[in-house]
Amino acid sequence: MNSVVCITHVPDTESRIKIAGDGKKIDEAGLKFIVSPYDEFALEEAIRLKEKSAGDVTVLTFGPDRAQQALREALARGATKAMHVKGEVSDADSLGIAKVLAAAIKTLPHDIVFFGKQGVGPDNGLVGPMVAELLGYPQANVVTHLEVGDGKLTAHREIEGAEEVLEMPLPAVVTAQKGLNEPRYSSLKGIMAAKKIAIDTKSVADLGLSDADVFNTRVVITKLELPPEKSGGRKIDGADPKAAAAEIIKYIKEEAKAL
Amino acid sequence: MPGVLVFCETKDGKLKKVSREALTIGRKLAEQAGGDLVAFANGNAADEAGKYGAKKIYTTDATYTADGYAAQLAQVAGEVSPSVLLFGGTSNGRDLAPRVAAKLNVGVASDVDRLEWADGKLRARRPVYSGKAFASVEVTGTPAIATTRPNAFPAEEAGGGAAETASVSAAADSKAKVVETKVPEAGEQSIAEADIIVSGGRGLKEAQNFSYIRDLAHALDGAVGASRATVDAGWIDHQHQVGQTGRVVSPNLYIAAGVSGAIQHLAGMSSSKHIIAINKDPEAPIFRIADLGIVGDLFTILPVVTEEVKKAKH
Ligand SMILES: Cc1cc2nc3c(=O)[nH]c(=O)nc-3n(C[C@H](O)[C@H](O)[C@H](O)COP(=O)(O)OP(=O)(O)OC[C@H]3O[C@@H](n4cnc5c(N)ncnc54)[C@H](O)[C@@H]3O)c2cc1C
Ligand SMILES: Nc1ncnc2c1ncn2[C@@H]1O[C@H](COP(=O)(O)O)[C@@H](O)[C@H]1O
Repeated sequence: MNSVVCITHVPDTESRIKIAGDGKKIDEAGLKFIVSPYDEFALEEAIRLKEKSAGDVTVLTFGPDRAQQALREALARGATKAMHVKGEVSDADSLGIAKVLAAAIKTLPHDIVFFGKQGVGPDNGLVGPMVAELLGYPQANVVTHLEVGDGKLTAHREIEGAEEVLEMPLPAVVTAQKGLNEPRYSSLKGIMAAKKIAIDTKSVADLGLSDADVFNTRVVITKLELPPEKSGGRKIDGADPKAAAAEIIKYIKEEAKAL
Repeated sequence: MPGVLVFCETKDGKLKKVSREALTIGRKLAEQAGGDLVAFANGNAADEAGKYGAKKIYTTDATYTADGYAAQLAQVAGEVSPSVLLFGGTSNGRDLAPRVAAKLNVGVASDVDRLEWADGKLRARRPVYSGKAFASVEVTGTPAIATTRPNAFPAEEAGGGAAETASVSAAADSKAKVVETKVPEAGEQSIAEADIIVSGGRGLKEAQNFSYIRDLAHALDGAVGASRATVDAGWIDHQHQVGQTGRVVSPNLYIAAGVSGAIQHLAGMSSSKHIIAINKDPEAPIFRIADLGIVGDLFTILPVVTEEVKKAKH
């Protein structure tokens, strides 16, 4: 069983976001970058499959030089191969990213292609299903439970207030939701072993794609701004439960108009 | 005849709320861009879609799968050639939009909370970095695709007659197959579309005390939300988790009790219209975004609120 896991390198979820001088991107100075949290579930699932039935786990990222750190981290946890497609990913739209990944995936051994359900930060939730369509594969999106059998998989997908059980032939695309598994940490031994694995580096042109196909032509960010500072409203002492409850009821009735 | 095509979902023969919201904003965009409002739905909703301004509705009776519906919707989009293709942001809408976009070689603005048509382009605003920033985007492809965030656009009827019905000629060929749909807690409202959410955190102390939250939620006809700490502790199912690694919600009213307001929790609910927080720690970060903050003990306050709500409803 071979897997490809697409991982993206995003600002730590604790980060304070600052807007760059151009008013369209975030200011990356001083930010700590991590493997996007949902991609960790994707990676863990692929490593568990490999441990059960052998094969390769190739981690793939499209991004600037710093994204190599994400690949190193994934190798340290148990991925066996890595490919880095270099490029200024913040200038590409989701379909551009999907085209790059789909072209790269075609060159890599795979039965399942794993993604996170969304890249934390841009919060798009687009790339996995786009790649599925470009490759002509079925998709299991927002998956909380996965079983892989002979040439097919069964996935539990989270939908509003329920869970849908899907069955599909391989190759297929799976996007991971929290709850799929508990990701492991990297071990010292893993970190040492990872250092010996060479990262295969490619450019967009190496994959046979033109810049016009990849870089922002379809969805263009015209402005990035911080939300208006919420000043916080009234804060009152709730030592008297009756008085506090009365304030709450009044608010629900008069402000929220929900009673 | 360009115009606006909206992917809608029905449940028990009625349009879902997010679909009615998407139809409403779709109608406004059609007025700005020119052309008709056309709907695509899984089930017959011609009367209801007509009330929201749809002139025509394509219906499919296939069971939803992303690849099957993508084939059908792409065919309909080819027939209608809309300027804008909207998806109400249900789980299926978000599953389907990127697949259709890749088929049509266009981009998507996902989870948008503002939309307008100006200078021949679709302009949208979307929350990014889990609500810590907003991105304004222009979608330039034809059709321009967007998925709408639940509760961001009010649903307003326009009083039209039944939409003309049309059938989808493409087959819903799918490699994937739905084998089962499991509904875990029957009757529990999903937080995804709820107007009112009452959420509990670790301040509840133990699993059984979620009854304090449930009682108030039920009295208000709202849904039950939860912090990750309580989900990780196994007190409640992950379906209820609000936040960065749970659901991002924006109800009209969000009541948080015993929730500290960690940045990852705020990320999931700070765009709620009205926020009430009950916490015994006056320094709890949740108070920074609460419209009404009560410094006090949830165990003494919530039962009184629940009683008062019940009285007010009678
Ligand atoms: C990558 C990542 C993703 C995360 N994603 C999420 C997410 O999606 N959602 C999420 O919620 N968290 C998320 N977290 C976790 C988050 O950082 C917090 O740990 C979590 O939200 C804390 O939950 P809590 O507020 O219930 O608990 P606590 O922080 O322990 O707060 C409990 C609160 O209850 C109050 N309290 C205690 N007793 C009472 C009483 N009797 N009456 C009133 N108040 C009382 C206390 O004063 C305290 O403020 C994430 C963390 C990481 C690192
Ligand atoms: N630049 C990238 N390189 C590799 N994988 C990516 C990249 N961007 C997104 N992905 C994958 O696609 C998923 C969804 O991303 P998004 O559509 O941006 O929310 C992520 O969780 C990753 O698995």
